[in-house]
Amino acid sequence: MLTILFDGIAYGMLLFVLACGLSVTLGLMNFVNLAHGAFAMAGGYITLVLVNRAGLPFFAGLPIAFVVTAFIGALFERTLYVHVYSKSHLDQVLFTIGLVFMSVAAVDYVMGSQQVFIQIPSVLQGRFEIFGVGVGRYRLLIIVICGLLTVALQMILSSTRFGSRLRASVDDARVARGLGINVNAVFSLTFAVGSGLAGLGGALGAEILGLDPTFPLKYMVYFLIVVTVGGTSSITGPFAASLLIGIADVAGKYYVPKFGAFVIYTIMIIVLILRPQGLFARAAGK
Amino acid sequence: MPTALVAEVAGRLARRARWRPLEYAFWLAALASVFLLPGRHLILTEIAWLALFALSLDLILGYAGIISLGHAAFFGLGSYLAALFAKHGIINEPVLALVVSGLGAAVLGFATSFLVLRGSDLTRLMVTLGVALIMREIANQIPDITGGADGLQGVVVAPILGMFQFDIFGHVAYAYCLIVLFILFLLARRVVYSPFGLSLRSVKGNPLRASSIGISTNARLVAIYTFAAFYAGIAGALLAQTTAFASLDVFSFERSADLLLVLIIGGTGYLYGGLIGAVIFKLMQDWIANLTPQYWQFWIGLVLVLIVLVGRDRIGLWTGGVRALAERLMRRFAPGAAPVPVPPGEGR
Repeated sequence: MLTILFDGIAYGMLLFVLACGLSVTLGLMNFVNLAHGAFAMAGGYITLVLVNRAGLPFFAGLPIAFVVTAFIGALFERTLYVHVYSKSHLDQVLFTIGLVFMSVAAVDYVMGSQQVFIQIPSVLQGRFEIFGVGVGRYRLLIIVICGLLTVALQMILSSTRFGSRLRASVDDARVARGLGINVNAVFSLTFAVGSGLAGLGGALGAEILGLDPTFPLKYMVYFLIVVTVGGTSSITGPFAASLLIGIADVAGKYYVPKFGAFVIYTIMIIVLILRPQGLFARAAGK
Repeated sequence: MPTALVAEVAGRLARRARWRPLEYAFWLAALASVFLLPGRHLILTEIAWLALFALSLDLILGYAGIISLGHAAFFGLGSYLAALFAKHGIINEPVLALVVSGLGAAVLGFATSFLVLRGSDLTRLMVTLGVALIMREIANQIPDITGGADGLQGVVVAPILGMFQFDIFGHVAYAYCLIVLFILFLLARRVVYSPFGLSLRSVKGNPLRASSIGISTNARLVAIYTFAAFYAGIAGALLAQTTAFASLDVFSFERSADLLLVLIIGGTGYLYGGLIGAVIFKLMQDWIANLTPQYWQFWIGLVLVLIVLVGRDRIGLWTGGVRALAERLMRRFAPGAAPVPVPPGEGR
């Protein structure tokens, strides 16, 4: 029972790191980015190449995955996404679906279509017991890393100058511009960091979620669920939503395997019916 | 209410709904393809049901402004229903099975239409996507009925109306699909040029204003969503009947996403968009799949990205240009005819 809770929390934390970038960019630019999972996949495959082929240690691969994915994110944002912000939601959806299809086929072409695994150090394998609760070492690592990241993000958002600029931009981009905040630069940086975090999440999650070229399609729904359930106005909303969904998904698959996949979709639809703005969103919308 | 005004409105509606020469040409070409391209009937059959499916999406996207990423839910339901009817001999006659499958999808459409009434575009995307995923999961979880991941095999479709047996070259299948497409197209045309269709456009343009002039916005959206689900169900049933097979693939996200591409290629909001888009999409897919069998999705994705970067409005111009040219030609050949404004398509 507690083991399931533990696994669920690890899963939820992972989802949060994967999806928090998406929720911020969605809130900031009202931009529907279905291609977010592609960045996560990029991070996963970068780590895979570094660790399995180049022989780098796992812990060196993670930060590199973050940096490289962030760079790719920034590049895409500046060259492609920037043309699509002012277009309608339909255009944004089409555009990002196109990117997803391209990334899936490209990775398939370069890396092959089979599922791959990143070699994790033996220290992290296996599980041990604390007070009768089975604790997977790797999952513990995920909780620690993601927990630290969450705290760091919350600190940045709440107590730095950049954080207050970002929050101002999310609240009302026009007024923020009027106050002299360069919203586009804030957005670019946020997009890059969000992509980087997705890449890190993809690298960390390869062990749990699996990594193959259809990753962006398979988990797109999960990211979007986190964002729609959590709302886009803060990061605590998506965080709570991630934990809720992670635990619900793991518990659902364990207790009622036949209906496991329904659990999260049902949660999503019920939440959207009752609270279209998200479970934790403030009442005031744009 | 002044009768003169009523008469003028009715007259304008009638003029909008008048058949144009290009439309006759389009359907004549479709009819000619039955006789002139016997070797291509298999792909033409695919084009026909895809065109019907895209027409269905056009009804809600182009006319009512609802973005859907889960239109495959209705397509898939219709597909499975038709396959199950044929397999277990519940309804042997294909045409009747077709209609009943469509009605089944319409029931699902009606039930889920209340979910798309609320919220923003993103919420609608999520809800429609969620419905399609749940449908897929249901089909996956009841393998006793649906065959699960292996698909529903052993479907034998009876002759149409008890007279025309499906053949392996797809001649009968194509004629069948084309007739169904034509009849449903006529119906859709009648609907969108009716006052009801006009009110849909106003709801799409500005829901608040539409409701303030007395249009019950929600009821219209529910109605058109149900109607479109019926069409999607029929398209799915056509697929199942012509291939004698149904698999989980009918609910897939790619199907919904490809459908958006089909409609965008052809242009939204003028009924022919889905039809033209289906022709271009299938030919393009066929051609790319011949070049790179495994990676055709990349090129589909590239087309999507390019369409958005170039701008749908600009791409819409060429179809708009063709239509404007047709109008001019028509006026020249029929000088007495009143000018008919080109309907502003390419809605968002």
